[in-house]
Amino acid sequence: MRVVAAMSGGVDSAVAAARAVEAGHDVTGIHLALSRNPKSYRTGARGCCTIEDSNDARRAADVIGIPFYVWDMSDRFHAEVVEDFMDTYAAGQTPNPCLRCNEKIKFEAVLDRALALGFDAVATGHYAQLRTTAGGGIEMHRAVDHGKDQSYVLGVLDERQLRHSLFPLGDTPKPQVREEAARRGLLVADKPDSHDICFVADGDNAGWLREKLSERDPDLASLSPGIIVDESGAQVGEHEGTLGFTIGQRKGLRLGHPAPDGRPRYVLDIEPVTRTVTVGPHERLAITGLTGVDPRWCGPCLPAGNELAGESVTVQLRAHGAEHRARVVVTETGLEVDLLDPAHGVAPGQAVVVYDGTRVVGSATIAATRRATD
Amino acid sequence: MTERTVYLDHAATTPMVDAAVEAMTARLRDVGNANSLHASGRRVRRVVEESRETLAQALGCRPGEVVFTSGGTESDNLALKGLFWSRRMAAGRRTRVLSSSVEHHAVLDPLAWLEEHEGAGVELLAVDVAGRLDVAALRATIERDPASVALISVMWANNEVGTLQPIEEIVSLAAAHGIPVHTDAVQAVGVVPVDFACSGVDALSLSGHKVGGPQGVGALLVRRELDVTALLHGGGQERDVRSGTLDAPAIAGFAAAVEWAVKQQHAYADRVAALRERLVAGMLREVPDAVVNGAGAPGGLPGIAHLSFPGCEGDSLLMLLDAQGIECSTGSACSAGVPQPSHVLLAMGRDAEDARSSLRFSLGHTTTEADVDAAVAAIGACVQRARAAHR
Repeated sequence: MRVVAAMSGGVDSAVAAARAVEAGHDVTGIHLALSRNPKSYRTGARGCCTIEDSNDARRAADVIGIPFYVWDMSDRFHAEVVEDFMDTYAAGQTPNPCLRCNEKIKFEAVLDRALALGFDAVATGHYAQLRTTAGGGIEMHRAVDHGKDQSYVLGVLDERQLRHSLFPLGDTPKPQVREEAARRGLLVADKPDSHDICFVADGDNAGWLREKLSERDPDLASLSPGIIVDESGAQVGEHEGTLGFTIGQRKGLRLGHPAPDGRPRYVLDIEPVTRTVTVGPHERLAITGLTGVDPRWCGPCLPAGNELAGESVTVQLRAHGAEHRARVVVTETGLEVDLLDPAHGVAPGQAVVVYDGTRVVGSATIAATRRATD
Repeated sequence: MTERTVYLDHAATTPMVDAAVEAMTARLRDVGNANSLHASGRRVRRVVEESRETLAQALGCRPGEVVFTSGGTESDNLALKGLFWSRRMAAGRRTRVLSSSVEHHAVLDPLAWLEEHEGAGVELLAVDVAGRLDVAALRATIERDPASVALISVMWANNEVGTLQPIEEIVSLAAAHGIPVHTDAVQAVGVVPVDFACSGVDALSLSGHKVGGPQGVGALLVRRELDVTALLHGGGQERDVRSGTLDAPAIAGFAAAVEWAVKQQHAYADRVAALRERLVAGMLREVPDAVVNGAGAPGGLPGIAHLSFPGCEGDSLLMLLDAQGIECSTGSACSAGVPQPSHVLLAMGRDAEDARSSLRFSLGHTTTEADVDAAVAAIGACVQRARAAHR
């Protein structure tokens, strides 16, 4: 196959590209320029948006011996990922931009361009496994290295996207990937893993959001100060704007007085229009179910009325989060999920990814949650 | 899988000619610093000075007017900053620098720097649809306040679309007010006739590797009467304008290449012009709605064919051609590794979409009809693919 290897400049995508070559594919390395104003050098462990990362990717391509180009996806990235990130936070929800980037950029904008240019597939360094079934279907499964498994952020890919994807690292634990990189002479072998959100350079989400959203709309309600209340409605603090708060958040609330019972308080609810943040004890974060919208199926589409249940059916509610056993009903608009194992601090805007054993069935965006004690 | 390489990017760099390789490699084992007083130093000094004389002879200047540098970019920086500072030193109100909007970044970026850090008033003059400077606009700009102009810098030939600039007219406008003129002739030397004295320019940049010499060496020709403030301070090797131990082997290769290129210039230009014509005709046959940019001969460089392929991204085309061993350029600079729409095309009145759809094929001394035919044979399918990718 003719394969485009998306190379971030990190160790995983470099080894993935090398493995694709070794598997006999005709591989071309691509670095995606996603930032409109790339910084020259990365700071800390973050990486994928600087010129230095682009250079690292280029050097890896040299070592592997494949052609290398930079594709400018900054406009698409801004429109599809960054704007969505801002909109979702502005609405008091918590987005997952990595998921959106996979859905709209890596496996849509890049894939479509690659297919049009005569390539057959896009390879990335994601930790997930693809399997072809006896009937010719395609399935995505969790990676062998459960600690590194990234099937959650790929749960938005549909059957067509999966058919044109390669995840060469899904069968290998991360430490072995690093060893392999060193063995292959890839200088990125020791490069730290990337964390946080790539386009928020200093990791200060709230500060970044405040700056960008106020550029866009200085009168936005969620940028204005408001109050923090407890569940009885009594004011317990103030905030500079609902922006940047996340359901389940405990730190940074700056509540003047401890709760009467002295227990820590968590964000239970965010109401951007009335600029009210509600806090309460940990047990009030527990949910028993949720509603998902905009379903995506990583394989055959499940029509409304289908039900997934049984010991092997689980859902995951955040990246690297726990598996929760669940009963999932497909509705006209998405999914209704009953959790058999309670979950805590689930934020609307994040994805619910449904698994059957290790297989990813599909995903939806969490629109609402049902609290255990309601 | 890998086919023969068809190299059509000679404006980026061209292979070294035999005469240059021989002149350079013959000196690689020599010991001696051209500034040492002993016999070894004198031997190397002699190589440098003979090279200087060769260069002067080929380019119509005096040996003392040749300042060796590390290449075109350094030559441009030295000319622009060095002349700006010395002219302003002599008269404080000389702060305007007039140039064109289609210069190479080695000119545009130093000018932007002078504007930001040294208070220069940089005015980039408009060009016509072919990329040629608007002389009337230059005249008006000069005459608004001639005494405030520190210098004028206009390239001899554009590196992207190949259009030749009206250097003679620029020089006569400037001469009326005693304003020095610098020209970046990196793309012109050896390709069109370039004679320093006859042209009347005061400073001229050239580069070794664009004429078949080695990379990393070049020269600024600058009239002796002109003061140039140094950028690099140290040993004062090049008439106190440029310091640093001279790279004698590279200089020998550079001089040999320039001598060869100038000697061959007429025959070369005829041969390459015919190849360009074949290329352009073939491309237009394969892609009838392609657009040829720039002046074309005789108003442009004979070896550059710059074409827009509507509905394509130049990047996609470049990659598809590269996969078939055909090497060309989008012509424009990268910013942070991200290709930008060409400022040259934009200045010529094209929109960003149009500017991004372009490729530069530049022919050189090793180009053959087979090279041209291979590019023509490949372009149709590549354009079809690139269009599909750009929908």
